[in-house]
Amino acid sequence: METVYKKSEMLTDATMHYCPGCTHGIAHKLIAESIVELGLMDNCIGVAPVGCAVFAYNYFNCDMQEAAHGRAPAVASAIKRVHKDVAVFSYQGDGDLASIGMAEIVHAATRGENITVIFINNAIYGMTGGQMAPTTLEGQKATTCIYGRQVRSENGEVINGNPVRVSELLATLDGPAYIERVMLTDPANVMKAKKAIKKAFEYQMAKKGFTFIEVMSGCPTNWYTSPVDALNFVKTQMTKKYPLGVFKDIGVEAK
Amino acid sequence: MEKVKVDFEACKGCGLCVMACPKKIMQISNKSNNKGYFVVECVDQDACVSCASCARMCPDSALEVSK
Repeated sequence: METVYKKSEMLTDATMHYCPGCTHGIAHKLIAESIVELGLMDNCIGVAPVGCAVFAYNYFNCDMQEAAHGRAPAVASAIKRVHKDVAVFSYQGDGDLASIGMAEIVHAATRGENITVIFINNAIYGMTGGQMAPTTLEGQKATTCIYGRQVRSENGEVINGNPVRVSELLATLDGPAYIERVMLTDPANVMKAKKAIKKAFEYQMAKKGFTFIEVMSGCPTNWYTSPVDALNFVKTQMTKKYPLGVFKDIGVEAK
Repeated sequence: MEKVKVDFEACKGCGLCVMACPKKIMQISNKSNNKGYFVVECVDQDACVSCASCARMCPDSALEVSK
């Protein structure tokens, strides 16, 4: 019997604390598999965020550093400047990266730091109990907007405002080398996501600049749906506001 | 032969493998593990085509597929 698929050696044996059906686990696997395939397993440092993935350092079999809330790109930049030949990635959620960490991500991107940022967009604050995030869709319910996110009231006053599209925002800067948005809704899209993550690490090792992969993910617990329905929501609703695609790619040969 | 092996304690019974399986041979069993989750099982090992769609979708890396 030949093994077709098994747990990556880059992941530890610890059982993940994520809720059943949370796609954080899939994203972890894709990063682990990409790093192993590129032969970077002993040459890799990750930066864990604050949020649901706060214990990510327990699951990756490489050196990990925990950063203050939103500051993972700044910590990763520092690590990369000291260890120039090591693959450095940060793993952040949307509450971490798009809210409190917006300054750090924009400046790391515009400086063109040679790091890879994996951004998990699930349109809600997961760990703290389902509050509205900067990426929450218009009309989507959260514990801090129980009737659904409302951009403006009927007489034109701003209430919750518009959600932010981080990939498009960063693609306007000169520093990033590669920006892509993917989703983890079915096996085909999971494989596409893995290709994107692997490509980002290849660009980083070729010193092309900042690489950013936005991974759209479901949050069954805080969306109050089943895991399968959560992924259907990503596929049908989130892709309307956050279309998939490559937003910036300078090409591997360009300087 | 057992083509799909389930790590009984790692599975959280989320059902993403059930959704992903093209042969519809994965289903949530009535056996629960130490955490209290009903664990998934492969009901027809012979029908499995070893595509590993289930394992790719498993967030907890609880599935191992061979052919």
